[in-house]
Amino acid sequence: MISFIVNGQNRQADVEPEKPLLWVLREDLDIVGPKFGCGVAACGACTVHVDGQPVRSCSIAVSDVAGKSVITIEGLGDRNPGDKGLHAVQRAWIENQVPQCGYCQPGFIMAAAALLKAKPKPSDRDIDEALGNICRCGTYSAIRRAVHRAAAILGGAP
Amino acid sequence: MKFSRRKAIIGGIVGGGFLGVGFWFARERDRVGSRALFAPKSGEAGLNGWVKISRDNTVVVAVPRAEMGQGVQTALAMLVAEEMEARWDQVRVEEPPEDGVYRNLDILIDGLPFSPEEAGTVVDTAHWFAGKLGGVLGVNATGGSTSVRDAWIPMRTAGAVARDLLLRAASRKASIPVADLIAVDGEVRQRSGARVATFGDLVDSIGDLAVRPPPPLKKPSEFKLIGTSPSRIDVPAKVMGTATFGIDVRLPGLLYAAVLNAPTFGGAANGFKLKNGGLPKGIEKIVIVPGGIAAIGASWWRANKLLEEEVEVQWQAGPEPKLDSASLWKRYEQLLENGDPALTRTSGRESASGKRQTLTATYRAPYLAHTPMEPMNCTARVVEQGAGKRSVDVWMPNQSSTLMRFAAAKAADVPQSDVTVHTTFLGGGFGRRAEVDLVRQAVGCALAMPGRPVQLLWSREQDIRHDTYRPMALARWRADFDVSGPAPALVGVAKRQVAQSPTDQFPARVIGLPAQGKPEGNAVENPPYAFPFYRLDAIVADGSVPVGFWRSVGHSHTAFFDESFVDELALALVKDPLAFRRELLAGKPRHLKVLDTVAKEAGWGTPLPVGSGRGLALRASFGSIVAQVAEVAVADGKTFRVTRVTCAIDCGPVVNPAIVRAQMESGIIYGLSAALYGEITLADGAVEQGNFPDYDAVRLAEAPTMAVHLVDSGASAIGGVGEPGTPPIAPAVANAIFAATGKRLRSLPLRLG
Repeated sequence: MISFIVNGQNRQADVEPEKPLLWVLREDLDIVGPKFGCGVAACGACTVHVDGQPVRSCSIAVSDVAGKSVITIEGLGDRNPGDKGLHAVQRAWIENQVPQCGYCQPGFIMAAAALLKAKPKPSDRDIDEALGNICRCGTYSAIRRAVHRAAAILGGAP
Repeated sequence: MKFSRRKAIIGGIVGGGFLGVGFWFARERDRVGSRALFAPKSGEAGLNGWVKISRDNTVVVAVPRAEMGQGVQTALAMLVAEEMEARWDQVRVEEPPEDGVYRNLDILIDGLPFSPEEAGTVVDTAHWFAGKLGGVLGVNATGGSTSVRDAWIPMRTAGAVARDLLLRAASRKASIPVADLIAVDGEVRQRSGARVATFGDLVDSIGDLAVRPPPPLKKPSEFKLIGTSPSRIDVPAKVMGTATFGIDVRLPGLLYAAVLNAPTFGGAANGFKLKNGGLPKGIEKIVIVPGGIAAIGASWWRANKLLEEEVEVQWQAGPEPKLDSASLWKRYEQLLENGDPALTRTSGRESASGKRQTLTATYRAPYLAHTPMEPMNCTARVVEQGAGKRSVDVWMPNQSSTLMRFAAAKAADVPQSDVTVHTTFLGGGFGRRAEVDLVRQAVGCALAMPGRPVQLLWSREQDIRHDTYRPMALARWRADFDVSGPAPALVGVAKRQVAQSPTDQFPARVIGLPAQGKPEGNAVENPPYAFPFYRLDAIVADGSVPVGFWRSVGHSHTAFFDESFVDELALALVKDPLAFRRELLAGKPRHLKVLDTVAKEAGWGTPLPVGSGRGLALRASFGSIVAQVAEVAVADGKTFRVTRVTCAIDCGPVVNPAIVRAQMESGIIYGLSAALYGEITLADGAVEQGNFPDYDAVRLAEAPTMAVHLVDSGASAIGGVGEPGTPPIAPAVANAIFAATGKRLRSLPLRLG
């Protein structure tokens, strides 16, 4: 039995310790916001926060997050409430109409939220480096605009 | 144009007898559907097959097309809302049941394996196709950039019919003559402006009112919503993480299935052995499914690990177990020299006089995988109903519910009417999700676990190694110049092109249509230029590698061949690539306007830093004309970066400009990933690549700055936008690399040094 915190709640999973966090979230805890894209930490669709750091959950064993705090897209808004409980990054994403198919977006949003926590005023280069995820729909220019907008919202812009 | 010609032919054969022999076909304005069809739930009233209203004042629009990011839910709902006078914030969408009025005729016309020259084949094929799929011409399918083109008249008509019904209902309810009523902003008002009722107030007043023939549709000048960019319907759920993709379907008693497909194409599993004896805890069963083997259990991760590490499978090899890329290219080179063309087309006249010089250039494009972000999956449940009857439910991100239903019914041996397909959001489609391989395997697993839903999912490796690939293609262009005069003059051009044909393979693979041996239509579309003489010889290669529809299909390689060679021609004639294209497009004002727009916006002809270059390409596809200028910066003679892309599109009337722009950017990035990295190679009959580290995609750091310009030429015919952004980018970048370095790259992906 492995215990950890997910979106502020204590959770237990009775699974093999090497089972990746992604699959524990999706199969055992019914949290399906983090997506499976590659299984080898190459695409970032599964990105969640572990103790505040962005982590590719397909490639970390659940035993490695025992006792830690995991935030997924489902729990992001509650941590930093903005309009309608959305995180500033989510607000900026809606304003900029970023998603197309949308499958990779939870991963991008989680990576962006972590970046802005570490660097409130990121440069384009910072964004390129922190958001190395793959979006096959090519929403990149909208993502870039939305990250800058989220930075502005967090900096107090209306 | 090929498209309208085909439409005329199909319309002709349909009008000329299909009804008489039991085939059903709905003309555009007859596709309104009954009030009962789009099943109203409690508190709702159906207005016709495309729209219902509810007491909470919601307008529910039927969207039978798959949302895979192209914005189809938003664009199609806008068509209904415009004519109905609904408020955008009261509109939501719902998937309607399987019915003829929702079938996409345009995709059938575009997708059938015949050339416009062959009316006889059209009749036979359409007949055959309709017969196979249950007597109905047309399929519910999303692809070929057809959704808005197909829905443009029917869904606006449905909106107008709904408005008419609401006005009559309000008239009856309030005892006010219909002539004094108008619909505005989701309400019925008197012409004086006084509110009579909101749409939601009228739910119980529709009663027995009949659907009347449609009133005239609005003129474009009367549009309020069409031509604007209201917020997309699908965005909030996708930002909050609550959108349900196929992989997110959760049902009581859900089991998961992982799959290993036979390593070589056309292979199968003959049997298997567990390395450690019995099934491990949590795994219910291992079953042989079409093309492979599946492990079913409580965890996909565990089932997949079992297949990858703990099972020995006896594989039956496919027909070409030793195939490798080098020998395949040799085969194609021989076909290029000696193959019999399946299609030959000429235009203009060959002239014989003068001193000649010849230029030839050979181009290559590799197989490509689709790699949608959501790996391939399908959830199926088979319930025994007693007396030997079964019902089948399928939950799936798919591009054709008609084909999925057909395949599921075959696999479960039930009538199609006992299959229900639930289409989820698609985590990318790009053509891959029109295929029925996943539904066959999922139903196979569900049959083994009666009553339990089984979610079958492929790993990324299975996705890349068992795709239906964009065909590899080989082309040789030749140009003849008359060099008798002071400057060379172009006499004529000819191209021989070799590729497999997805439109031949797809119907054979999916419904068993005999192969026609015809090239895929998009691959053999003529370039728009007025060459003095033009000849095309298209050779269809056979082979066991499965090929399918990859965003923009044959345009994706043919645009690279054609637009690269046009630049080579310009160079040979010592002309500027833009000026040369303009000359050859003198009779085509729409193409010229697109070209001039992109040139102006890109600053064509203005200086660039040393080591940088601009390249131009133009391609008309799916009813739209797109031109792009790419700028590249070459670092050390070996590596380059695409820094900026300017794009212009004329797609006729624009429903939602923001979505058109997004689709252009999307098409550019998708095409750029292929141009920079995309290459599927074969060794020992199997694909060598397996995941993003060896089949990469453009990421944020490599994404160029993009600007998209919408060109209004006043054309009334509506064009597609999902695919036309993809074809021009590879040749635009290749042409830019030439401009920067003087090096002509004739093979994709583009590699310097």
